[in-house]
Amino acid sequence: MSARDRILAKLNAAPVLPKAAPDVAAWYAAHRSAESTAEKVARFRGCIEFAHAEVYAVTQASWPQKLWEVLAAKQLEKLLVAPGTAHGQRAITVLSESGIHCRAYEQSIEDWKEEMFHDIPASLTAARGAIAETGTLVLWPDSHEPRLMSLVPPVHIVLLDAKTIYNTFYEVMTAENWGGGLPTNALLVSGPSKTADIQVTLAYGAHGPKELIVLLVGDEA
Amino acid sequence: MQIQGKAGQRPTDVYFFATCVIDQFFPGAGMDAITLLEREGIRVHFPQEQTCCGQPAFTSGFPDEARKVAAHQLTLFPENWPVVVPSGSCGGMMKHHYPTLFAADPARKAQAEALSSRIYEFTDFLVNVLGWQPEDKGSNCTVVLHTSCSARREMGVHLTGRQLLGGLNKVTVAQQDHESECCGFGGTFSIKQPEISGAMVEDKVKSLKATGAERVVSADCGCLMNILGHAAWKDEQEGRKTPSLPGEHIASFLLRRTAK
Amino acid sequence: MSEHALNFMPSEGFRARAKDVVENPFLRQSFRGAMDFLINKRITQFPSAEELETLRTLGEQIRQYNLGKLPALLVQLEENLTRNGIKVHWAETPDEANAIILGICQKHSAKLMVKGKSMVSEEIELNHACEAVGIEAMESDMGEYIVQLAGEKPSHIIMPAIHKTKEEIAKLFHEKVEGVDYTDNVDELIQIGRKVLREKFLVADIGLSGVNFAVAESGTLCLVENEGNGRLSTTAPPVHIAITGIEKIVEKLDHVPPLLSLLTRSATGQNISTYFNMISGPRKADEKDGPTEVHLVLLDNGRTQAYADEQLRKTLQCIRCGACMNHCPVYTRIGGHAYGTTYPGPIGKIISPHMLGLEATKTMATASSLCGACGEVCPVRIPIPDLLMRLREESFSEPHANPTMRGQGAGYSRLITMIWQAWATVYRSPTLYRTYSWLASRFNWLTPANQGPWTSVRTPLKPAPKRLRDLLKDKS
Repeated sequence: MSARDRILAKLNAAPVLPKAAPDVAAWYAAHRSAESTAEKVARFRGCIEFAHAEVYAVTQASWPQKLWEVLAAKQLEKLLVAPGTAHGQRAITVLSESGIHCRAYEQSIEDWKEEMFHDIPASLTAARGAIAETGTLVLWPDSHEPRLMSLVPPVHIVLLDAKTIYNTFYEVMTAENWGGGLPTNALLVSGPSKTADIQVTLAYGAHGPKELIVLLVGDEA
Repeated sequence: MQIQGKAGQRPTDVYFFATCVIDQFFPGAGMDAITLLEREGIRVHFPQEQTCCGQPAFTSGFPDEARKVAAHQLTLFPENWPVVVPSGSCGGMMKHHYPTLFAADPARKAQAEALSSRIYEFTDFLVNVLGWQPEDKGSNCTVVLHTSCSARREMGVHLTGRQLLGGLNKVTVAQQDHESECCGFGGTFSIKQPEISGAMVEDKVKSLKATGAERVVSADCGCLMNILGHAAWKDEQEGRKTPSLPGEHIASFLLRRTAK
Repeated sequence: MSEHALNFMPSEGFRARAKDVVENPFLRQSFRGAMDFLINKRITQFPSAEELETLRTLGEQIRQYNLGKLPALLVQLEENLTRNGIKVHWAETPDEANAIILGICQKHSAKLMVKGKSMVSEEIELNHACEAVGIEAMESDMGEYIVQLAGEKPSHIIMPAIHKTKEEIAKLFHEKVEGVDYTDNVDELIQIGRKVLREKFLVADIGLSGVNFAVAESGTLCLVENEGNGRLSTTAPPVHIAITGIEKIVEKLDHVPPLLSLLTRSATGQNISTYFNMISGPRKADEKDGPTEVHLVLLDNGRTQAYADEQLRKTLQCIRCGACMNHCPVYTRIGGHAYGTTYPGPIGKIISPHMLGLEATKTMATASSLCGACGEVCPVRIPIPDLLMRLREESFSEPHANPTMRGQGAGYSRLITMIWQAWATVYRSPTLYRTYSWLASRFNWLTPANQGPWTSVRTPLKPAPKRLRDLLKDKS
């Protein structure tokens, strides 16, 4: 008998009465109300700013300009982008005119791991959505915007469409049927990396990005 | 659970389960609680056969022994009267643990459940059954209230003691830090882990004294035994002749403040 | 406290270790301060008592429902993980788990393993196992890194280095990390750790992590963290090995949000952690990063023993938030090392006996005043005080055939049992009780001045000269 069989045999031998399935939906229905986009934007923003992220309200037209301003203000001369995405292409077009070098994430990480770890000061990715209740970005890394893009560079800039903000984590996963299938890696990000491991004193930039900047794309003013 | 407590259903008779700690170590507190109830026109019945709720054995990991002692108490309260217990700890044992203690004995389990519904902690009984409003006859003073963990977490009656003291208009109730923290008694815990228990009671006494209150009151004599025992020991160590932290059961304090 | 820290018979020397901390006013104050901080942070996250209580009930229901189907869910999880390309391994004992992990390492000729925070890896003493075969196992959680550098063990499951001051850490970094000047600035200290560990993430062969929730329906491993080291450990190295106890499983993805919310709010008073990392497979052919191999090790190590008993099974509801230790007056007094077990505090007292047997852990259950603070805050309503009483019973009862627990009867003493039997004989008989209490009230020798441990910090107990029943008789 294998360890697997022995463990399962022991568990199956236990006299266990089945319990009723929990009604998660009912709890959320009773405790979380639907909100308008404006309300969700305000809550999202309040929470993620409290967690030390910077948020800028932008429009589809204006975000490249804000992106440039952020990079300029932080004296960042290089940005990791995803050339296979529309926003990546737009960043390349706009920024290359202003002297900021756009590094494209095009090869497997094995080919440029050193550079990724030592020589990429910032990155730009899009968020799939967000969660108002906790001020959380939903990222689904893929072949264009791989996992490390939102993790290794010290400054992470995220484009978020205000219309994709959900009220709760429960709402986003049920509305989008995540249970039916998830990507190899799905992430919730709720601020820059932090730790309180030394004398419960909060410090930012533990291992992940030290700064998280959200370009929150809303309707044209 | 306050069947007898609804308006107009004030009980005429109650049983009094004194607890072995009060019977042997704090009889005055028991007398004062009984006097207070009688003053309210209630006939108080003290079954002479009562001994102990069984909690010491129960919490020490000897449920069989606890069961034997508890089974005896089950037989002492035949009338459908409330059973008033001047301790959240012993009350919690009778109200919440008796039914599970006799889970395997259907006849006794039914008895235990019936008894459970009639168990009242003393301050809870005064506030929620009698609706008692104390009239303060004493002079200005400041006290600090210690509520036992059982009263707080098992019986959920941590607010009634405060409410009673709050009704005394010349009494200020001081607020200690870490109010909800255990005093470190815990029955046999205090002798099995004396270092930890000692550290807990040391901190508890410090925070009670730091309020500047002239006395501590509590509805549980187990805690008082521990707290006052440590305060007195500290007084001895430091050569004080008068107690730096006197204390008493809340029944004694309430009776004195409201004596006609 | 460090000299007692690495003790493999936790029950032995427990009182001595506890005494060391209790008599150290500096440590006492620092634990108290840290626990107060965490208690207050938690409170701010639960402004509504109704929401807290209904959410705790939901959390309890979710955990009990999933434990109720545990064997079937493990099989479902295995199927879905396998379908997703994650290799599943089963281990009954720590030795088996270590052998599996080392086997994977050796297949890849691994020299360096970076570790995200994993209490299960502490439970199996993985670092020692790696060391023995020449693999460097490097902790990357800041607290774990500090503790490893100091040659210690975590003293808290969420805050591993909570027993250390920034000055101690400054000194430690200055002495142990090459080219580091003394600084006790917390930001600077964290940046030193970041710099050292980044180089390790860059070259590590293996990334090891724990698991907070394993989702059966989708074949997903979920990790909760703030620092990003968990993400780095599971993303940067070519191979990721996750290890978890068999109980951390939920059937549905929608069971996760309530548990996550309870976990982060109860643990550190955060509405959510900075990162919630959901891993459902290794790197796909068209992806550019992520591990090319992902493994999951499912560990029993005594959990099936707890599972076999209706009451003890509740132990497995735990989601490892640490709120019970933050609120425990005993943990607050003695810190985590005194327990001598991987999991300290109330949860440690109820889970460790299943892992180590009652022989090694019999003292632990006695180190509680049963104040109930742990049960009151437990986000999944584990009745910890009831379980402690049950463990006392298991330990003190006379050894019998077919015990529920390994080491049942380890604390059995014929004398103590006879004392309780005598006690019961007296207290179940009104006549004997009356006689005994009457004697005690009149004869001082029955209550000596030296009452052992009681009088070490208290005046002796003295029965009143007249019992309540005597006073009542006098009155009438």
